Amino acid sequence: MGTVTVSSDADARAPKALTVTELSRLLRDTLRSNPLLTRVLVRGELSDVSRTPNGHWFFSLRDAGAQIPCALFREAAEGLGFEPDDGMEVLASGDVELYSRRGEVQLVVRALTPAGVGAFWASFQRTRKKLEAEGLFDAVRKRPLPTFPRRIGVVTSEAGAVLHDIVTVLRRRFPLAEVVLSPALVQGPDSPASLRDALVRVQDRVDLVLVARGGGSLEDLEAFNDEALARAIASCPVPVVSAVGHETDVTIADFVADMRAPTPSAAAELVSPDVDDLSSQIASLGGTLVGSLRNALRERRTGLAASGRRLSPQALRREIQSTRERLARGGADLLDTMHRQLKEGRDGLSSVAGRLDAVSPFATLRRGYAIAEHDDGRLVTRIEDASVGDPLLIRLQDGRLHVHVDDKEEDP
Amino acid sequence: MTEPKSFEDALASLEAKVEELARGDVPLDRALAAFEEGLALYRQCHEMLDTAEQRVTKLVAATDGLREEPFPVT
Repeated sequence: MGTVTVSSDADARAPKALTVTELSRLLRDTLRSNPLLTRVLVRGELSDVSRTPNGHWFFSLRDAGAQIPCALFREAAEGLGFEPDDGMEVLASGDVELYSRRGEVQLVVRALTPAGVGAFWASFQRTRKKLEAEGLFDAVRKRPLPTFPRRIGVVTSEAGAVLHDIVTVLRRRFPLAEVVLSPALVQGPDSPASLRDALVRVQDRVDLVLVARGGGSLEDLEAFNDEALARAIASCPVPVVSAVGHETDVTIADFVADMRAPTPSAAAELVSPDVDDLSSQIASLGGTLVGSLRNALRERRTGLAASGRRLSPQALRREIQSTRERLARGGADLLDTMHRQLKEGRDGLSSVAGRLDAVSPFATLRRGYAIAEHDDGRLVTRIEDASVGDPLLIRLQDGRLHVHVDDKEEDP
Repeated sequence: MTEPKSFEDALASLEAKVEELARGDVPLDRALAAFEEGLALYRQCHEMLDTAEQRVTKLVAATDGLREEPFPVT
């Protein structure tokens, strides 16, 4: 080992010592000038992840044989969309630099994305946050589904069980609705555009659209996380119900759709009324119809009989007689028909009993009220319904008055 | 009365007739008319449900735009 003499008057041939700072700069410039070390892309596992209070991240990237310290500064970390954590497999891009205070070579990361399954998750979160911030998932945007859809659009694969499942349910519950299949690819790189096109093609022809796909891996369902598809769903003029994968799968399409169904069959149930419920409802309405008319006829008959006994001018008798005949003819026929119909129908009159006491128009008259009408039958229920000079018909419980309006006075 | 085209319309009209008849302010003539119309609607609703057969079509691209073709689903 030689001896180096350092003195204030060392001669010019003696080696010149670099300051530490100079060496550090030399290293820094060397690293910076090497194009292979700028904008590098590295794949590795995160370790020693830490975050400073002011938003910078520090960690190491490593594999089985080596590790490199890394820094991810706040600005670059802002659009991250995921939480870095130890053990996570990532892709980092950035520049190799020297951290001169410690004399360490480090990777200054400009962009960090999870690799593998994590990558899917990160892009999912990014899209979700973005659309959520725009308000596309807001509850106020959700539209109610039509009660009786006439035409139901189904965006799904032409092959496979999904359409079959949907049609099977609809056939059982609500065969009145037409199903319009708008075929689409439901996986692979072309599927987002294909789904979008299929939706746009069918949306003006139907009352609502089901966007559906059977179960699959996370990657299989990725098309339904597409941002452009989400926007197409959001701007669809009719309600959209999403039914993608299994019950536990959640996609961006689910967030933006007006309603999410756990499975395609469940979606078909959601959008359709049940034909059996409808039959009961109709039978019940038929029963109420009969009940009300029967009541009306009974009240009228009773009223007529009573007034017939009290007053007996010929004209009124004739009037009573003709009304009776009309009732007997019209009412009885109709009642017979209705009863037959109801017997043949599904539920008969059983559901009607409770509503048989429906108010009849004639009960009101018997309590002393009158009904005013024009001669064409238009009711006068408000002051503006009649004008001064109008001839009116006043129905009382036992006859009618023909009158003219002398004057009008509106309640204050 | 013209026949409503859709089930929804027919059901809504039936409901309206039932309400009209149940209200206290309908003259007898009109009560009878409402009943008759209601009866026709009742029949129509049942018939629509009983005879409906699910139609499934597929949207296909044609030279002159889109066409809906029958699509058998078993």
